[in-house]
Amino acid sequence: MSQATDTEAVDEDGVIESVSGPVVTATDLDARMNDVVYVGDEGLMGEVIEIEGNLTTIQVYEETSGVGPGEPVENTGEPLSVDLGPGMMDSIYDGVQRPLDVLEDKMGTAFLDRGVDAPGIDLEKEWEFTPEVEEGDAVEPGDVVGTVPETVTIEHKVMVPPDYEGGEITTIKSGEFTVEETVAELDSGEEIQMHQEWPVRQARPAGDKETPTEPLVTGQRVQDGLFPLAKGGTAAIPGPFGSGKTVTQQQLAKWSDADIVVYIGCGERGNEMTEVIEDFPELPDPQTGNPLMARTCLIANTSNMPVAARESCIYTGITIAEYYRDMGYDVALMADSTSRWAEAMREISSRLEEMPGEEGYPAYLAASLSEFYERAGKFELINGGEGSISVVGAVSPPGGDFSEPVTQNTLRIVKTFWALDADLAERRHFPSINWNESYSLYKDQLDPWWESNVAGDWSDVRQWAVDVLDEEDELQEIVQLVGKDALPEDQQLTLEVARYLREAWLQQNALHDVDTYCEPEKTYRMLQAIKTFNDEAFEALEAGVPVEEIQDVDATPRLNRMGTAEEWNEFIDEIESDLEEQLRALY
Amino acid sequence: MKEYQTITEISGPLVFAEVDEPVGYDEIVEIETPQGETLRGQVLESSEGIVSIQVFEGTGGIDRNASVRFLGETMKMPVTEDLLGRVLDGSGNPIDGGPEIIPDQRQDIVGEAINPFSREYPEEFIQTGVSAIDGMNTLVRGQKLPIFSGSGLPHNELALQIARQATVPEESDGDEEGDEDGSEFAVIFGAMGITAEEANEFMEDFERTGALERSVVFMNLADDPAVERQVTPRLALTTAEYLAFEKDYHVLVILTDMTNYCEALREIGAAREEVPGRRGYPGYMYTDLAQLYERAGRIEGKDGSVTQIPILTMPGDDDTHPIPDLTGYITEGQIVMDRNLNSQGIEPPVNVLPSLSRLMDDGIGEGLTREDHGDVSDQMYAAYAEGEDLRDLVNIVGREALSERDNKFLDFADRFETEFVQQGYDTNRSIEETLELGWDLLSDLPKTELNRIDEELIEEHYREDEQEAAEVEA
Repeated sequence: MSQATDTEAVDEDGVIESVSGPVVTATDLDARMNDVVYVGDEGLMGEVIEIEGNLTTIQVYEETSGVGPGEPVENTGEPLSVDLGPGMMDSIYDGVQRPLDVLEDKMGTAFLDRGVDAPGIDLEKEWEFTPEVEEGDAVEPGDVVGTVPETVTIEHKVMVPPDYEGGEITTIKSGEFTVEETVAELDSGEEIQMHQEWPVRQARPAGDKETPTEPLVTGQRVQDGLFPLAKGGTAAIPGPFGSGKTVTQQQLAKWSDADIVVYIGCGERGNEMTEVIEDFPELPDPQTGNPLMARTCLIANTSNMPVAARESCIYTGITIAEYYRDMGYDVALMADSTSRWAEAMREISSRLEEMPGEEGYPAYLAASLSEFYERAGKFELINGGEGSISVVGAVSPPGGDFSEPVTQNTLRIVKTFWALDADLAERRHFPSINWNESYSLYKDQLDPWWESNVAGDWSDVRQWAVDVLDEEDELQEIVQLVGKDALPEDQQLTLEVARYLREAWLQQNALHDVDTYCEPEKTYRMLQAIKTFNDEAFEALEAGVPVEEIQDVDATPRLNRMGTAEEWNEFIDEIESDLEEQLRALY
Repeated sequence: MKEYQTITEISGPLVFAEVDEPVGYDEIVEIETPQGETLRGQVLESSEGIVSIQVFEGTGGIDRNASVRFLGETMKMPVTEDLLGRVLDGSGNPIDGGPEIIPDQRQDIVGEAINPFSREYPEEFIQTGVSAIDGMNTLVRGQKLPIFSGSGLPHNELALQIARQATVPEESDGDEEGDEDGSEFAVIFGAMGITAEEANEFMEDFERTGALERSVVFMNLADDPAVERQVTPRLALTTAEYLAFEKDYHVLVILTDMTNYCEALREIGAAREEVPGRRGYPGYMYTDLAQLYERAGRIEGKDGSVTQIPILTMPGDDDTHPIPDLTGYITEGQIVMDRNLNSQGIEPPVNVLPSLSRLMDDGIGEGLTREDHGDVSDQMYAAYAEGEDLRDLVNIVGREALSERDNKFLDFADRFETEFVQQGYDTNRSIEETLELGWDLLSDLPKTELNRIDEELIEEHYREDEQEAAEVEA
């Protein structure tokens, strides 16, 4: 921001005409749509969102208290952009990519002051650059010219920016450089630095989208097992407050097998972000054992931070994700919550006095949502490689009512739907993903992966579980009327099996050291163990053993401890053989 | 300072005036009526030549000849440690007949957001002495935990009980010497639109228990101007931040009733002819509420903390109404009062099933409360939920038709309400007592049903004799 005040501000391009909350209008400002401007004597950052004759409307990313008409507005002539380069991993940004730790230093207080700016990446830090090309090599946009060890986990690839022409390398350097120093020169006269800029509202170019065939393994049984998400897929997690959206999102950020995680806290709680900031550096990445932060970029725009920055934080996040995708990485982006983003759009729209659509949301809500989710996918890259972005958006429907516009417009786009359920959460069934309402359209295209990597009969076993749960759902209606004991014995047994499916398999304790992450093999074996109980129990029933005796078998309650068992392979072996032995002993 | 006599329009709480020099957004305005009365307001929108002003005390008495003065600054709260023990009105003026307040600082009442990077994650248990809270929905320092209530429910009694009993048991770190008495605790009480009778109740209790000494009271009563309600909680929170982050107090802020605050928000929105959101409440209500609730927390390197207990009455006991709904999305859980429990005479009538404390998991357990706390509370939740489900069934088929196991859960649910939740507003239970009571109840269930508790903990705490006694009885 210093630019606005420090430079001899002779060329004040505009003058404030009116101020109403985050919306400011200015006259005589020569600007294009989406240009970034500095507003007022303090130089508050803003973006042009409407131009009407001589009058320009600006949304301001900072508090506007005390700003008045007559103050200057300076145009940068650049659209809202992010700084891309090494140093983004292990960082925490606000909605317009200002690093929060740097802001704390610069402001000298724990409270967010106004009019302070900071670049998204450290411009002075020197990075070790190792070239991957030689002089004389021809390079095109997107090609990798060298690498930088960004964190212990991530090798940052320095690419030819997508808006370059490309050409033959005339100079290539090696050694320690800052991100602004030139590391390669092309015969076209273009110079390549480790630092790129890219406007956030514009998707970075990529080739064709491909059909995703690999799952994003989340380590969560209900998600991996019943409603899988593909690498490059999209998912929505809607749920009323208290149903565990944030924990579910954080579990994904912690345990999913993506190379890079971009976590956007959009209009959510400050303490929650602090938890992430404190936890992630200490948690190990399940793939590499390195600190989780080494592959994570956090964007925190909490609910009390300026609303316009909340609108932009989603774009900041997805642009960073695209940059790492261009390096060929599998990126997972979590946005918590997209409803707050939609509300920010609504707030700005209503201050502009636009004609509202459904429930006061702007008419372009659906378009904005689909534009965002379409930036996900498995892509062929412009350099010929492959990379993916998986997007998981939390939705916070008012009153838990899924018929509201944000949920409905999201569901039209995403292919995986994890419906969180307040009833389940109330009885502490976590993750509270409702197995009757949720769905995944990736199931079929991911089955081959499961069958070749986990178990050949995976899809059959899963289908068996789904059938039992469906049957339970129907039986519960009868039980509500006549009680469980009035049911025939085989149905009572089905209810018992379903209970184990729910309590031992679907439930998973995010706070338990072992249970918090469940590898696909364990997910499969646990399910198989419950199926063993099912098969053996039904045989016993057929042989005339009363259902009560079957329920009393000592090995069955141990099914509930499978999730927390450390030596799970041995533990499950033992249960399976005990079940067989004890149930067969009954007849 | 320039004075204008240029009012062009007066509408509801809003006044429009013409100006010939720029006025800042959010600036404070003084309006002097021809009768000599001075009213205060705030700039809502500032354009070249005209500003709209929201008047806190209501626009009664203003006419087009009234003079308007712009003070050139945004609203400030004079803060000092001497505020403790004082009673102020909703605009921050003393109403207790005490001396004038000599401020140590004047702070902007629109607080700046705490940098999430500078926050410290709240994980210090606050013992409220109420089992339903301590045991099942633990409150921690720096949390914002609202009470969702309804008209006619005893939320005020519960709030007072918490204010009276809240302590932080033994500072075990030992790095804060002379801190034995649970360190310096202060209560900020912000009343918005409560009746004079309710206000008296609060004041009497504060005076009776001596709590007033460590309290600052802001009173906006039901017949005070609605617009003033916009300012009251901000004054209260500004004072809280000062005491917490400048003077190292652990501040508990009680705001009641948030429903009245939101009504005032709607009133102003309507007067400004804004496009309304759900049920006529302004579209920015989420952001507005967040700017209040998010002012709870801890900051790294500071000893104090701000903990908030906002109280709201849900219109029609409906938790999907925009006020509780938006609140629930911002706060870290909620304590829900239940009309049924209340009519059964349970004190406090807290329904633990829809209640929740999001920060509980990190504030409890070994070294904080007790090792078995998490498992016990999880198990009690599950068992109570199951008992509650079975009650519906009992209504249809009768108790005899249920299995022995089901009957045990029904008994558990009954005892849970009448022994665990029920305690009266004067009983102060330590966390030990609460957990032991929990084990008492859980020991009525067969060991094999306790699938959420670690086996070792069951061995340690489970009461074998109770189980036998129960069996003999059967």
